[in-house]
Amino acid sequence: MSEGSKARYSFGGDDHIFVELDNEMSLTANFKAMAITTVLEQAQIPGLIDVCPANASYQVRFDPLQLPPRDLLLELQRIEGEVGDATAFDLDTNIVEVPVLYNDPWTNETLLRFRSHHQDPDATDLEYAARINGFDSVDSFIEAHSGAPWFTSMVGFVAGLPFLFQMVPREKQLQVPKYLRPRTDTPKQTIGYGGCFTAIYSVRGAGGYQLFGITPGPIYDPTQQHPDFEDFMVFFKPGTIAKFEPIDRALYDKYSAQVEAKEFRFKQRPVKFSLGEFQADPDAYNAALLEVLHGS
Amino acid sequence: MGVRVVKPGMATTIQDLGRPGYYRVGIPPSGSLDQYSSLAANLLVGNDDSAAVLECTYLGPQLHFEAPTVVAVAGANLPPLLNGEARATWESFAVAEGDVLSFDYLEGGARAYIAVSGGFDVPQILGSRSTYTLGSMGGVEGRVLAEGDWIDTGDTSRATPGRVVPESLRTEHPKHREIRVMMGLFDHRLTPSGRQTFLRTEWRLTPVADRTGFRYQGAELEFEERDPPFGAGSDPSNIVDAPYPIGSIQVPGGIEPIVLHRDAVSGGGYVMVATVIGADMDLVAQSAPNNTTRFVEVNLETALEARRDRSKRIEELRMAVAS
Repeated sequence: MSEGSKARYSFGGDDHIFVELDNEMSLTANFKAMAITTVLEQAQIPGLIDVCPANASYQVRFDPLQLPPRDLLLELQRIEGEVGDATAFDLDTNIVEVPVLYNDPWTNETLLRFRSHHQDPDATDLEYAARINGFDSVDSFIEAHSGAPWFTSMVGFVAGLPFLFQMVPREKQLQVPKYLRPRTDTPKQTIGYGGCFTAIYSVRGAGGYQLFGITPGPIYDPTQQHPDFEDFMVFFKPGTIAKFEPIDRALYDKYSAQVEAKEFRFKQRPVKFSLGEFQADPDAYNAALLEVLHGS
Repeated sequence: MGVRVVKPGMATTIQDLGRPGYYRVGIPPSGSLDQYSSLAANLLVGNDDSAAVLECTYLGPQLHFEAPTVVAVAGANLPPLLNGEARATWESFAVAEGDVLSFDYLEGGARAYIAVSGGFDVPQILGSRSTYTLGSMGGVEGRVLAEGDWIDTGDTSRATPGRVVPESLRTEHPKHREIRVMMGLFDHRLTPSGRQTFLRTEWRLTPVADRTGFRYQGAELEFEERDPPFGAGSDPSNIVDAPYPIGSIQVPGGIEPIVLHRDAVSGGGYVMVATVIGADMDLVAQSAPNNTTRFVEVNLETALEARRDRSKRIEELRMAVAS
């Protein structure tokens, strides 16, 4: 383990090892999870079944009769030492523009059906989120949410659902509690918010995150009929960087028609992400990322 | 060749060995929850391990066979009826063109596996025919079977009626189970008394028990007080959203532990305090609502020994059914 490591290793039964890199969320902890799991995947260890990077932790599943658990544990600790604080690690990923109709009719209809599950039944989720984060209006809250880009810190819960963490210093992080009791319904492609994470619901279903808006673009396509899904059925991968772009109803309808015709593609560009360079000057680094996206 | 679904049963899905390797993007392994019984059914009809079977929960389907084949049912005690006549479980039997397979009421366990010679044939998605309903993937259109569905079946050349699994190699279905777990993950967040309560309580399975997870009732667990870390959420049972091991036991709000199974939600923000050992996941699968369970703590060495014992039992099963 590296000097001053906060990592905590635990067996999850006889066929998983769970590693909590930090008990609190940070881009540093997340990027360390990305770096370690990338090294681990590249090592192609026989008997390793699943490698799952997550927000501030990661997990592996393995066949313990092929790969002795204590040997694997030592290997994971060795890789943690090798990766260190991960500032020297560059991640090859993509930056994607995600068009969002904030305050849309569909999530508004849903949130009204579940007011009794909410902390503030008399406000909408956006009004509540804006107020408790000290914004004077929903518009200024949306500006903050759609301003700086977001880093996909984990994909999961259900197939293809990304958790995104905003690439801003902690004092600028937006924080909103989850619903008091989960809803039984959430529209597909809802932009939700819980704790310090944005989630994009990949499928319709239960959920507890606050409802902010909706994107017309599909992010999960098990039948692989849409152009962005030729290679794989899941669009967001751990490490994908997203920029939310507020759109109006006219543009939403235009993109929806493209989706209907199976012609919609997200605007995206490949980028190399370096945590060290980001930390040196987040604003300048984010501005450079957005320049790559807009292809100037 | 194939079968027509006359009645679908309660939650009947096509399953096989599963779809490992995609958990990092939220796609769980899926596959038969009771892998041992599913394998037994396949072996009885001369199939490879990877052939797809029907997993029937609590209530069996009614199937119309449009070609002769060989069928076996293993797992729960869900008595098969062929044209209304009783047939045995854990035994393969011949089916003629036009025959109807239905089932009597469940007498023990929770999940029965129907294998047909050559397997149920649907397109493979990411290397598996298993149904994952939350992701609308695999099986018949990514969903549970519905009335009128047609399912192709494969090559019947290795069909062998009259094969039997000996009594000693059949799964028993008691109403109380001891399920072995390894403590860990976030168990340090339980108080000593919370930990004792977890291991001493006789937990009762609620009706909220499906391929995603099994929810139990019986006691409330006490957690240590703490200042919530950034991003974790305020309840003492919250954590920064993390991956969930298959078999892990989470305790939202300190009440109603949930054992995640092969269609697990792959991650989330609830404290997990233990994980069911690999060898006992088949037992969880056969638990029915109102059955009771005690979680018994074992260490890694015992868990690995249990896994080796299970492998040995599977080899015995192969030998017994082949001979």
